[in-house]
Amino acid sequence: MKLQEPAAQHSDLDKAIALTQPRQASPLANLGNFFKKMFTIAEWEVRKLRHDPTDMLTRTVQPALWLLIFGEVFTRLRAIPTGQIRYLDFLAPGILAQSVLFIAIFYGIAIIWERDLGVIHKFLVSPTPRLALVLGKALSAGVRALPQAIIIYVLAIVLGVRMNLNPLALLGVVVLVVLGAACFSTFSMIIACLLKTRDRVMGIGQILTMPLFFASNAIYPITIMPGWLQVIAHVNPLTYLVDGLRALMLAGNTDMSGLGTDFVVLLAVTLVLAVLCARLYPRIVE
Amino acid sequence: MTAIVEVRNLVKRFGEHTAVNGVSFDIERGEVFGLLGPNGAGKTTTIKMLITLLPPTSGSARVAGFDIVHQKADVRRSIGYVPQALSADGTLTGYENLLLFAKLYDIPHKLQASRVRDALAFVGLTEASDQLVQHYSGGMIRRLEVAQSLLHQPRVLFLDEPTVGLDPVARQAIWNHLLELRSETDTTIFLTTHSMEEADSLCSRVGIMHRGNIVALDTPDNLKATVGGANTTLNDVFVHYAGDALESGGSFRETARTRRTAQRLG
Repeated sequence: MKLQEPAAQHSDLDKAIALTQPRQASPLANLGNFFKKMFTIAEWEVRKLRHDPTDMLTRTVQPALWLLIFGEVFTRLRAIPTGQIRYLDFLAPGILAQSVLFIAIFYGIAIIWERDLGVIHKFLVSPTPRLALVLGKALSAGVRALPQAIIIYVLAIVLGVRMNLNPLALLGVVVLVVLGAACFSTFSMIIACLLKTRDRVMGIGQILTMPLFFASNAIYPITIMPGWLQVIAHVNPLTYLVDGLRALMLAGNTDMSGLGTDFVVLLAVTLVLAVLCARLYPRIVE
Repeated sequence: MTAIVEVRNLVKRFGEHTAVNGVSFDIERGEVFGLLGPNGAGKTTTIKMLITLLPPTSGSARVAGFDIVHQKADVRRSIGYVPQALSADGTLTGYENLLLFAKLYDIPHKLQASRVRDALAFVGLTEASDQLVQHYSGGMIRRLEVAQSLLHQPRVLFLDEPTVGLDPVARQAIWNHLLELRSETDTTIFLTTHSMEEADSLCSRVGIMHRGNIVALDTPDNLKATVGGANTTLNDVFVHYAGDALESGGSFRETARTRRTAQRLG
């Protein structure tokens, strides 16, 4: 009844308010719904991994070998100038970033697999925003990458690397690993949406991993590179992931100045790629 | 009576190739409508446009009153879809497969578990609900998918060749569930098939599709009467309208997918 009380000249305004009100409420509700859908897609991955963790476990072998063999040898070689810190310490965050990259850059194959299975058709037919589907998948790649962090921490500590175990720093590493995986997996999904077959995505992924990995600061500092390669390294998102991880993972590191840039660059690249991927996503079933 | 699916001059071209060449038809509420045709006739492309997976090149269609181009979100909320491939996730249990879709379809948290259990009971999968789907038979997976497509009580259910590759017993089970659904609710069912027997035993009306066009559309009985005498089967009708089907073939990818599906079913 109260709504009808205002004087006649205000009724138009009231109508306008009444019309806009559901809209005003809906962005927030929509946003909540968006995140709910995104987490449902990620929950899917978590449940899969809970039923069958084999893949997750076998994937921890490669970074372990890099640290053990490559790391141990190059530490003795002292060929790479890493300043105050031991080469193995320098390498540990780089290897974590590398395994994040390796997991994520082939993640597009997962959506091709889902396309062949027909699952992705059902996702696309459901009332789920495309961007939520993409970001949910990106988050799933992050879930797959996290066990790598655990194995690298354990192994690094065993090998005598002084790791920073401050809870906030650990939280920062979790966020960076998920963000890094999200970034490269969306990139991979874009390739999958455009190329549409497993073999092609596999091939392109293999072509990409080499320059992404070696034109970064993962296993040596950027300063030893020739100028042109330094430019490439600076536009390579992996460099920012490595830089952030190196700042957070190693004990005794006090220089956190680059951390803000690392987060912002990774987040911005991920969001741009995700929006692009959401536009391309329906193509995969065409 | 108003049509729940209205299709007007729907066209889909892929480059030079015209997959669907201006089809128009109406489906009434509660009907079981079958789109019949050989591989490559344009059935799957038609269904993909109606469920908002493919934008039409031209023409228009409304599903449950909503435009398939401009009101995609509303269309999606109103429909259920069972794709041609067996598409449940084998690494999850039957219950989990359905639970995650209940979440994607905005079924309120409190209702999710009971809806999922009801749907599983409807297709007779209560006992298998906690088994991983990779241990299901092909028929069980298909029943699980039917259950999943019904979770949000859609007004129109789309099934793309729902029984391809299934053995006769599993096929009969799917038919029974669909007939039960039809008698208990007013859900409209839209299916594609190239099984004459399926169209004959399920459909209230059948559209025969050939090279992107609907060449005949009527009740199975009327179609038979038009083509021949008392002993005419729907098979004869099919051959009558799409006699040169063998020449048109199907796309390699489609055939390959059907084979794969059949293989998975062992």
